[in-house]
Amino acid sequence: MTPHIRKAFDEDLQNISARIAEMGGLAEEQLNSAIEAMSTRDSDLASEVIAADQRMDEMEASLERMTIEVIALRTPVATDLREVVAALKVASALERIGDLSKNVAKRTQVLNQERPPRVMSSITRMGKQAQILMSEALDAYTARDKALAVSVWKRDVEIDEMHNSIFRELITYMMEDPRTIGLCSQLLFVVKNFERIGDHTTFIAEMTYFVATGEPLTDDRPKSTEIEDLPDAEAAT
Amino acid sequence: MDAGGLMQTSAKISANNVNVYYGETQAIKQVSVDIEPNSVTAFIGPSGCGKSTFLRCLNRMNDTIDICRIEGEILMDGKDIYHRDVDPVQLRARVGMVFQKPNPFPKSIFDNVAYGPRIHGLAANKAELDSIVEQSLRRAALWEEAKDRLDEPGTGLSGGQQQRLCIARAIATAPEVLLMDEPCSALDPIATAQIEELIDELRQTYAVVIVTHSMQQAARVSQKTAFFHLGLLLEYDETTTIFTNPSHEKTQHYITGRFG
Repeated sequence: MTPHIRKAFDEDLQNISARIAEMGGLAEEQLNSAIEAMSTRDSDLASEVIAADQRMDEMEASLERMTIEVIALRTPVATDLREVVAALKVASALERIGDLSKNVAKRTQVLNQERPPRVMSSITRMGKQAQILMSEALDAYTARDKALAVSVWKRDVEIDEMHNSIFRELITYMMEDPRTIGLCSQLLFVVKNFERIGDHTTFIAEMTYFVATGEPLTDDRPKSTEIEDLPDAEAAT
Repeated sequence: MDAGGLMQTSAKISANNVNVYYGETQAIKQVSVDIEPNSVTAFIGPSGCGKSTFLRCLNRMNDTIDICRIEGEILMDGKDIYHRDVDPVQLRARVGMVFQKPNPFPKSIFDNVAYGPRIHGLAANKAELDSIVEQSLRRAALWEEAKDRLDEPGTGLSGGQQQRLCIARAIATAPEVLLMDEPCSALDPIATAQIEELIDELRQTYAVVIVTHSMQQAARVSQKTAFFHLGLLLEYDETTTIFTNPSHEKTQHYITGRFG
């Protein structure tokens, strides 16, 4: 894009982009480590994830300050405004992804007190799927690649389907043997966290599309509705 | 009235394929635009893009420039304002104008506002004239500050007050359209805010067209924005659209400060 006449404005926007990239990198790292800690039953790694979440929060706060300053001092419009508003919203989505990863790490520490259940490998697979989509969403955002954004946006349905299937499986275990309710409830939260991470990823894809085109990315996204057939589906939230 | 005029009943002023030449130089190229009633239309664009020239066509201010030649048609309520039956002086009473620099007459505040109604014979007696002056000053948000000093010279007012006096003078002839050529460029931010507030009030009654170099001002006061570039009207749309998602790349570059 053609540079601004005022160079400092370009610098501000570049700083914001760099900050988002940095924050996205950390969010990816947090999610990776949380999944690894869970699948390898590594409580120390889980503790590291929990401790590192503080940095995500600080980065979000600093990005928020930067965007507010740019709005106040540079009054951005059109593409510039979209850039700044999207950065603000993406930062908050990344911060949420960080929180959810931290929550997975916390539950890992509880899960590690018990014997590993069979369903663990599907849950790990779901987490990895969320992680792949998130990396692609961040790549799309950095490159303002609307085709990749749309592709990520459409594929969130895969995560939703995995969520539904694991949800059913866990319900079955709990019905078969009430002694597993404690463990399975923890796992329900873990899969819900991955499902939410998928939603935040979708949101980043939407923001990418908005920055690139000025139009919202809405409607006809494939949605998995199966979960609505289950009792108390929302109670797992 | 021609068929085109009948079809565009919603537009107060409708310009079709307007070309303006200063001697050999073409300043406006094939500009067509509809100015809506009860709405503020902002003309923006870099210096020399033709926005002021086009504004001045709307009340035939360019008639006073010998080498200026205008082609195309400009209809007001469906009637061609350049038709030979139209008296430019009468036209300017219907299409008032406020300029960049406040230019009150070297007369009292009262006489500044009463000038138009007097020459156009709009008041039958002193009481009616008093009433017009008071109403105009009230509408221009100057009455409270000026009512006790109506006999003092208009030039003694502050810059912002002088500009509001000029607006009062322009609206004293009960115009239908108000043209403003950078009305706030000589004013401080508070006076600017007062004029902008006033513009919003005036739009209840008039069609307002404002030329401004301040993009933020265009964004704040107008409903429609027209972007001029090198004599062409490149984009004309809702102000919200122009400032959030303009369709023309040049508009985008201009409003975001990327013009090179």
